[in-house]
Amino acid sequence: MANYSIKVNGEIHEVSVHPDTPLIWVLRDNLGLVGTKYGCGVTECGTCTVHIDGIAMRSCTYPISNLGSQTVTTIEGLSKNADHPLQEAWREYDVPQCGYCQSGQIMSAAALLSENKKPTDREIDQAMRGNICRCGTYLRVKKAIKHASKSI
Amino acid sequence: MTLIKTKYKRRSFLKVSAAASGGMILGFNWLAGCKADIEVMKAIPSEWFDINAFLKIGDTGLVTIFSPNPEIGQNIKTSMPMIVAEELDVNWKDVLVEQAGLNTEWYKRQVAGGSQSIRQGWESLRMAGATARKMLVDTAAEEWGIDPGECSVSDGVVNGPEGKSMGYGELAAKAALRDIPEEVELKDPADFKIIGNSKKNVDMDGILTGRPLFGMDYTREGMIHAVVLRPPAFGMELESYNDNDTKNISGVLDVIQFGNKIAVLAENTWSAMKGQKALKAEWKVSGELENTALHDSRLLELLDKKSETPRREDGDVFKGLEEADEIFERTYEAPFLPHSCMEPMNFFADVTDDKAEFVGPIQTPEWTRSRIAELLQREVADIKIDMTRMGGGFGRRLYGDFALEAAEISSISGKPIKLSFSREDDMLAGTYRPASKYRFKAGLKAGKINAYHLVEACVNGQMFDPMPNNYPAGAIPNFRVDSHTLESNITTGAWRAPYANFLAYAEQAFLDELAQHLGKDPVDFRMELFDIARNNPTGENLNYDIDKYVGVINLAKEKSNWGQNLPGVFQGFSAYYSHNTYVAEVAEVVVENDVPVIKKIYCAIDCGIVINPVAALNQVEGGIIDGIGHAMYGNFEFENGQAKQQNFNTYRLIRMNEAPEIETYFVESQNDPTGLGEPTLPPAGGAIANAFAAFSGKRFYKQPFMKYENILG
Repeated sequence: MANYSIKVNGEIHEVSVHPDTPLIWVLRDNLGLVGTKYGCGVTECGTCTVHIDGIAMRSCTYPISNLGSQTVTTIEGLSKNADHPLQEAWREYDVPQCGYCQSGQIMSAAALLSENKKPTDREIDQAMRGNICRCGTYLRVKKAIKHASKSI
Repeated sequence: MTLIKTKYKRRSFLKVSAAASGGMILGFNWLAGCKADIEVMKAIPSEWFDINAFLKIGDTGLVTIFSPNPEIGQNIKTSMPMIVAEELDVNWKDVLVEQAGLNTEWYKRQVAGGSQSIRQGWESLRMAGATARKMLVDTAAEEWGIDPGECSVSDGVVNGPEGKSMGYGELAAKAALRDIPEEVELKDPADFKIIGNSKKNVDMDGILTGRPLFGMDYTREGMIHAVVLRPPAFGMELESYNDNDTKNISGVLDVIQFGNKIAVLAENTWSAMKGQKALKAEWKVSGELENTALHDSRLLELLDKKSETPRREDGDVFKGLEEADEIFERTYEAPFLPHSCMEPMNFFADVTDDKAEFVGPIQTPEWTRSRIAELLQREVADIKIDMTRMGGGFGRRLYGDFALEAAEISSISGKPIKLSFSREDDMLAGTYRPASKYRFKAGLKAGKINAYHLVEACVNGQMFDPMPNNYPAGAIPNFRVDSHTLESNITTGAWRAPYANFLAYAEQAFLDELAQHLGKDPVDFRMELFDIARNNPTGENLNYDIDKYVGVINLAKEKSNWGQNLPGVFQGFSAYYSHNTYVAEVAEVVVENDVPVIKKIYCAIDCGIVINPVAALNQVEGGIIDGIGHAMYGNFEFENGQAKQQNFNTYRLIRMNEAPEIETYFVESQNDPTGLGEPTLPPAGGAIANAFAAFSGKRFYKQPFMKYENILG
C-alpha cells in the first residue's frame, strides 16, 4: 500500500492503496463516488469514463500512481446543481433505460463538447463509439448531445 | 366507468400500520437530492398514512407510490406508479416513487421477465389507486353528510356541492381507517390524464448525478468485498489450490473454498480482484469439454432425427411434402450468446445466526429467496431481500446464482460481503442464450404451400408453448412443428425474448425467401396466408390475433412506403408476435462508401394502451438496436468447455455509429396494455437480413452475419 493525495471534483483526498489500483476503485471504494461505473476493466465499454485534467479517460485501467497532481472530475462533480447542459438535455430527452452506462456516456460527451462545441453527427459517432449501451439508447444519447451543443 | 370487484389480492389492501415513519425518512432523502422539483411539490408531510400496500398519503397531500416490480431498465419504476396515480386522481408532481420490498402477501408476481410487469400488474395497480380514491371520497362525503356520488376529484382534491373541498392530505388520516370497499369504479381509458402522457424516469436525477442506485453501488458498515474464482470451463471441477500468493496481497482478508469455487475476501474490490488472479488452482476434467463445432454437428444431426411427439400437427406434413411439386428447404443457425448486462453480476449478503439480509439486482427476488432459504436451511420468512435498480437484466438476473454464491460466502465467513463479478467472470459463468438451429421445409404444389415443417434443435431447451401455434399455423393444410433438445453441461437460460430472439429471424427470413421464390411481394405473400387463416383455417389454438397482426403489417407498409423501390434504397420486411405484442418492421439498407449499411428502421407496434409514451419509444428503439446488434455481431464460441470471448475486446456489441434511425408508430388502442421490453427485438434480425438480400441477392442463414458475410464491409 502507498499513500496518495489526489484532487477529485475540486477536493483533495488522502488515500492509502496499492500503487496499481485503477482510479475507478479508488473513486468507488475509497471515496464513495460510485457514479463512475465498472463495466469491462479493459477500456472497451466506457462506463468508467472520467475527466483527467479535462480529458476523457477510462478510469478502469488508469493506475492511481500515474495520477500525480492531475485533477479528476467525475459525474458527481460535472456540475454543482446537476444542471450541465448535457444533464439538462438528458432530462429533456429522457435518455436512460437501465441507466448504468449513462454517467460514462455523459462524461465522454462533456469532453467532446468542451473541445468541439458544435460537433457533426459523424464527430459525435466518433467520440461516442467507445461507450457501449446494451439497452440501446444511442439515438437519444446522440439527440441529447446535439441539443446540449446548442446551449454551450 | 368499469365497476369491478376488489377481489384481487385483497390482503394487499389491508392497512399495514398507522403511520410508517421509516417511509418518511426515505421520502425525505429522495427529496433532498431533488431540488429542482421541490418547489412545485407539496410540502414534506409530518405524518404519512398507509392507505394500502401500493401507496401512502402524507398530511400535506404528497403521495408515495410503491413500485412493486424490479427495475431493469424497462422503466416500470415510473410506469407502474403512473397507473396507480391515474386511478387515484392525483397530480403526478405530487407523487414520490419508492421501490417496494419483496412482499408476496401484498404484491403479485414481483418478477422482471417476459415483458409481463405492466400486463399482469395492470389490474391490481389500477385497483390500488381506485380503492384509495374511493376511501378518500367516501371520507369526504361522510364529513359533509352527503352521498359520495355528489363528489368529484381533481388533482388530489375532493370537491363537493356549494364549493366544499378537501385535499387528500386532510382526508388521509380518516380514510386510512375505513374498511376496504367491496367494489370500485375504474376510469374509462378515454378519461386518462396521466396514462398516455409522457413522464420522465423517476430515477433520472440519481442517474445523472451518480447517486448509488445499483447493486454494485451498495455498501454497508463493515462490509467487505468478495471475488470468486470459478472453474475455467464447463466440465471441470476443482482439484486443489494454493492461496499463498493471494494471502500475501495486502488488503486480502481471507480465502475460502465453497464447492468448486474459491472466494477471495478483501478490504476493497481491487485487492479481491488481485487476489483472485494470484490464486493457483488445479482443475480436473469432470465432464465433457464441449466446443462450438461439436454443438453444430450434434444440432444438425438432431434436425434429421424423426420426432414421435410433434409440438403441433395439422394434417399430414410428410404426405404433403411427398405429394409436393417441389420442396423449398432452408436451415438457420444461431450461436450461444452472453447477456452482457453493463452492470456485471453482484450481490450483497449479510448472513449471521440472527439474520439473513440480501440486497442487489435480481429479476426474481421471490424465487431467489426460496432458493437461498433452501441453501442456508433457513425459513423463507427469515430471509430479507431488497431490490436495487439493475444495470440491465435481459434474463441473466432471473437466475440468482450470484445471490446464492453471496449467501454461501457470507454464511461461511460470517461477514457482510458484496460479491462482484469482473466482466470476464460474468462472461465465463453465464446462463447463455442457447445455441439453436431451425429447419423449415415448405412443400409447394401448384404455386401454393401444401405442407410446412419446422424442426427445432436447441441446446438445453425447446421453444415455449404456445410458440408452435404461431403464424403461419392455421394457413397451411399440412403443418407440423417438432423440437429436439441437445443436452449440454453449459448453463443456459432465458435471454431477451427467449427462443423468439432467433426463431423470429429464421421464420421471417424463410418466408421472405419463399415469397421471392414464388415471385410474390413478401408482404402480399404474408397477407395471403393471413387470409387463408382467417377464411379457411386449419387446426385450432392459433397463437395470434389476425386483425392485430395485419394491423401492424399494414401500418409499417404504409409508413415505410413499402414497395416504392426508391433508387439506392433496399427494403426488408419482418413481422412477429411475441410477449403479447404485435410488431412489424421495415429495414432500409443503403450503400455508403461502397459498403451496405442499415440506414433506417420503420416500426409499427400494437401493445394496447401505451402507458408512458416517451419511455415506450425508448424500449422500442432499444429492442431494435439490440436485435440488430446481436444479429450482426454477436459472435460467441466455446472451446474445450470454455467461452472463447471473455470481454468486450473480443466480443462485439453494437455501438452508436452502427445504430440506424428508427421511426416508430404505435397502433392507437384502448386494449389493456402489453409489454415492451422484448417484442421489438425478434423481428429486427429478419428485417435487416431481408434488406441485405434485397440489396445483394445474398441470403444469410447464420448469425452473426458479420462472421459469415463479407458483403458487410
